[in-house]
Amino acid sequence: MNVPAMMEARLASLAPSRVEILDDSARHRGHAGAREGGHFRLAITSAAFEGLPTLARHRMVHAALGDLMRNGIHALSISAATPSEFQS
Amino acid sequence: MDIQEVIKEQVTTHPVVLYMKGTPQFPQCGFSATAAQILKVCGVKPFSVNILEDAAMRQGIKDFANWPTIPQLYIRGQFVGGCDIMKEMYQSGELQKLLEGLAE
Repeated sequence: MNVPAMMEARLASLAPSRVEILDDSARHRGHAGAREGGHFRLAITSAAFEGLPTLARHRMVHAALGDLMRNGIHALSISAATPSEFQS
Repeated sequence: MDIQEVIKEQVTTHPVVLYMKGTPQFPQCGFSATAAQILKVCGVKPFSVNILEDAAMRQGIKDFANWPTIPQLYIRGQFVGGCDIMKEMYQSGELQKLLEGLAE
């Protein structure tokens, strides 16, 4: 299974209403860190983020991704919204 | 000194500490470059630590705040976040508020 598919499977634990994963790895090919894993951009919408500051939301995403953060993902940019924030 | 103690001392001695890849002048990663640039725009000169120069620091800083990525920003001893969070807080003006009184 490729990394974005594995990410999406694990993020299911946050019951997201939307998950978009962009693989940016090609733009970073050749730099040292790229050997450790891919560069990804994640946009996720979930009611689970309601009432939580960004820091806590990112921690939830990191926890859901688990060992993928060390193995498979080198860099991850996160945009985590609640359904009402995503609407506006 | 244990690496965790070194980090604790750094973040409590200096009001603004940025752990990054490279230096503010020569960042080695796009996210670190953005983080350094945001602080510069805020008029703040951080105590910056190049984690690429020290393998123990590179792992130690991830354990310290239980945060898996670099850069990491600390203000007055408190972990603030990484590049995405800094960008969001800068856009909302929250970061400038946190940095009040710390600009050069």
